[in-house]
Amino acid sequence: MPATVALAVARYRPEEEPAPTLQTYEVPFREDWVVLDALNYIKDRLDGSLSFRWSCRMGVCGSCGMKVNGTPVLTCAAFLSEHLPGPIRVEPLDYFPVVRDLVVDLSDFMRKLKKVKPWILREEEKPLAEGEYRQTPDQLDAYKQFSMCINCMLCYSACPIYGLEPSFIGPAAIALAQRYNMDSRDQGARERLEILSGYDGIWQCTFVGECTKVCPKNVDPAGAIQQYKLTSAVHWLKTLLPWGAR
Amino acid sequence: MDLSACDVLVVGGGGAGLRAAIAVAETHPNLRVAVISKVYPMRSHTVSAEGGAAAVIKPGDSLEEHAYDTISGGDWLCDQDAVEAFVREAPAEMLRLEHWGCPWNREPDGSIAVRPFGGMKAQRTWFAADKTGFHMLHTLFQTTLKYDVIQRYDEFFVTKLLVDEGRCQGVVAIELGTGKIHAITAKAVILCTGGCGKVFPFTTNANIKNGDGMALAYRAGAPLKDMEFVQYHPTGLPFTGILITEAARSEGGWLLNKDGYRYLQDYDLGKPEPRPVLRSMELGPRDRLSQAFVKEQEKGRTLEGPYGHYVHLDLRHLGEKLIDKKLPFVRELCLKYVGIDPVKEMIPVRPVVHYMMGGVSTDIDGATPLPGLYAAGEVACVSINGANRLGSNSLPECLVFGARAGKVAAAFAAELKAPSPSVLTQAHDEERRLEEKFRRGRGAKERIATLRAEMHETMEESAGIYRNGPALQKAADKLRSLQERFRHLTLDDHSYTFNTEQTAALELSYMLDVAETIVQSALQRTESRGSHQRTDYPERDDKNFLGHALAYRAEDGPPRIEWVPVTITRWPPGQRVYGR
Ligand SMILES: Cc1cc2nc3c(=O)[nH]c(=O)nc-3n(C[C@H](O)[C@H](O)[C@H](O)COP(=O)(O)OP(=O)(O)OC[C@H]3O[C@@H](n4cnc5c(N)ncnc54)[C@H](O)[C@@H]3O)c2cc1C
Ligand code: SF4
Ligand code: FES
Repeated sequence: MPATVALAVARYRPEEEPAPTLQTYEVPFREDWVVLDALNYIKDRLDGSLSFRWSCRMGVCGSCGMKVNGTPVLTCAAFLSEHLPGPIRVEPLDYFPVVRDLVVDLSDFMRKLKKVKPWILREEEKPLAEGEYRQTPDQLDAYKQFSMCINCMLCYSACPIYGLEPSFIGPAAIALAQRYNMDSRDQGARERLEILSGYDGIWQCTFVGECTKVCPKNVDPAGAIQQYKLTSAVHWLKTLLPWGAR
Repeated sequence: MDLSACDVLVVGGGGAGLRAAIAVAETHPNLRVAVISKVYPMRSHTVSAEGGAAAVIKPGDSLEEHAYDTISGGDWLCDQDAVEAFVREAPAEMLRLEHWGCPWNREPDGSIAVRPFGGMKAQRTWFAADKTGFHMLHTLFQTTLKYDVIQRYDEFFVTKLLVDEGRCQGVVAIELGTGKIHAITAKAVILCTGGCGKVFPFTTNANIKNGDGMALAYRAGAPLKDMEFVQYHPTGLPFTGILITEAARSEGGWLLNKDGYRYLQDYDLGKPEPRPVLRSMELGPRDRLSQAFVKEQEKGRTLEGPYGHYVHLDLRHLGEKLIDKKLPFVRELCLKYVGIDPVKEMIPVRPVVHYMMGGVSTDIDGATPLPGLYAAGEVACVSINGANRLGSNSLPECLVFGARAGKVAAAFAAELKAPSPSVLTQAHDEERRLEEKFRRGRGAKERIATLRAEMHETMEESAGIYRNGPALQKAADKLRSLQERFRHLTLDDHSYTFNTEQTAALELSYMLDVAETIVQSALQRTESRGSHQRTDYPERDDKNFLGHALAYRAEDGPPRIEWVPVTITRWPPGQRVYGR
């Protein structure tokens, strides 16, 4: 094992330079260090001006997504040892505007998330006094996987369609819409379908499947999109038939 | 400087903050409510909570028992009126979350499933596998999106509370993306900024948990209560401090010393049974389990690795099926971070700083002594946690007291007129301070990382599981000198765009204040109770210390401590009995 490893880190300081550059730092190599540990070493010891987001360091807050050697990953779960010999290239996620260094602008996703109405929609709320909505373990399993999304944005960064067509609502937002559609407590599937079958919705996806490959939480957004296309097609067919417009 | 105004401003977008915001929106839909957070709300630390959230729901359980478990778990330092309100309101709050879509685990008939938890005499801990906090936070966040009145300031870092005419009237904050300074006025401010685990070097807490809200309130003149009570969780992974949830033990996991012996039986925690027994052995309270580890280490019966001493958490006998169904995240974390499969191997664990029982002193509606300022969640001390919090009580605490604070703050704001114009002068002063401190101060020499490391070392040596007077006094002096050295801080980064070095510096200054209150309160409590163990005063002393320490900021010198009595309603102080 080497004593040190080089990191080539993307820098971009909009107040000082017109375009991003790569800066190389030499950090100690440690078997149990992840890329995020190396970035923190740089920030603490070598260069306090390097900016990046992180928080939980346990793969659940979704803050630390970056590209490492070209692939979108959570840097708190990407070991240096998996990326030897180096230099290890660390860059901001693709297809999002870069704010500074490794920090990207997420406001586009935040808008899209709200658009798919990711909350329980019901015609009538059950009063609290009547207790919980019953939901069997099987009913829970039907949507559980889609509820595991940590909004880390790796899937957007891997999605060539999003790269070409920024209006595409994108993998995570669709998976989250499906998370509520499949929830036995929810009655909003039709309302969401209207939103998602529009041009910016699901039809733009050509089923590349990259989103599912990079997802660190096995959410399978590609599967959600596929399911959705099917429902949507059936829905569309039904609207053509006089008795089925329900 | 940018100016904006709202009626109720919630600082923090974790479990407590989001619940508070919804409470305002639902009870006073005509008020302008805003959530300001230094990270996007769904990144808040609530996201990492694993094990579950307690609320009485099953037949055979009772509010009295939940209250008693909480109070005895807290070694009689809890305010019992607060505990009674907490256990009474927790079930409805948890149900509300169910109605909002939280994916709780279920019984075969579709009703809510519960699991046992440490220090609890009945099964009452609701769970969403072992990602309870994650699901609660995302459910809450996604639910807030449906309320158009809830405005958000995402990635805004609060640096100061605006106080004028004796009441809190808003905040000053840095918009991280641009570095722009904002003055946001409000008729009521609710602090929901979470805990301060990062004051210590080895912690389960995320990078954002720096006691910001505690320091903000303290600087504004509000007292911090029970700061000497810091919870160590008995099972963290060495090096990373990643938490292995208590649920691993409530599902039947064993703690073993280097001889494979369930050592807790030697510490008055009951007899080892093959299956988990409530309030016994591995399901004892966290303070007692962490203390047992230290004793075991002193006897030379722990194992030693590159990151210090550890013991084993053994889940192998639970089998792959149960582990995958109820503890999938534990398996994922072990595989990912230590390359160990708990289905086949034992997990190395050691005690790790986890939770702050103390915080901004509030009444049972979340009101602080400073009018217009409220607090809820881990930043607050109501106090329902006393000298030792029971696992799975803090998530429901965020809901119950977040909702309470939201309602009461909204009612307060509805009565008030606009803030006084002179707060803007204060805001300008703060802008100038930030500008001078962080843009100009070149030529100074202290680095953030150095001061932080020295603070960490000081806290670990003096304010850990066991404490003593001389060590605490030394720490108090050391922290004073670190405060002084902080004035000579130098930064590499003088830019405005997403300057995370500046926020790290501000966080360090918050932590130094908080650390001083921890050490000073611990120094003055010359008894042992719950998580506060003084080797020089090993007994609990109800005659002199059945009270809360309130730490006030002094102009110069360490915090000033005042004492207020504990509120006792129905449960006079007794002995804590486990495993018998
Ligand atoms: C690993 C782990 C596991 C846990 N498991 C459990 C469990 O199973 N059951 C249980 O009951 N409890 C558990 N806890 C405890 C519980 O998770 C926390 O006490 C609780 O989530 C705290 O929530 P909160 O809303 O008070 O604060 P947080 O969720 O920490 O939110 C704080 C918010 O304040 C904001 N903020 C902070 N400072 C500033 C500032 N200066 N300016 C602007 N915004 C700011 C942050 O951005 C954030 O939005 C666990 C804790 C940890 C560490
Ligand atoms: S679907 Fe997966 S990759 Fe996409 S944001 Fe969610 S967790 Fe990240
Ligand atoms: S730091 Fe939270 S996911 Fe990596």
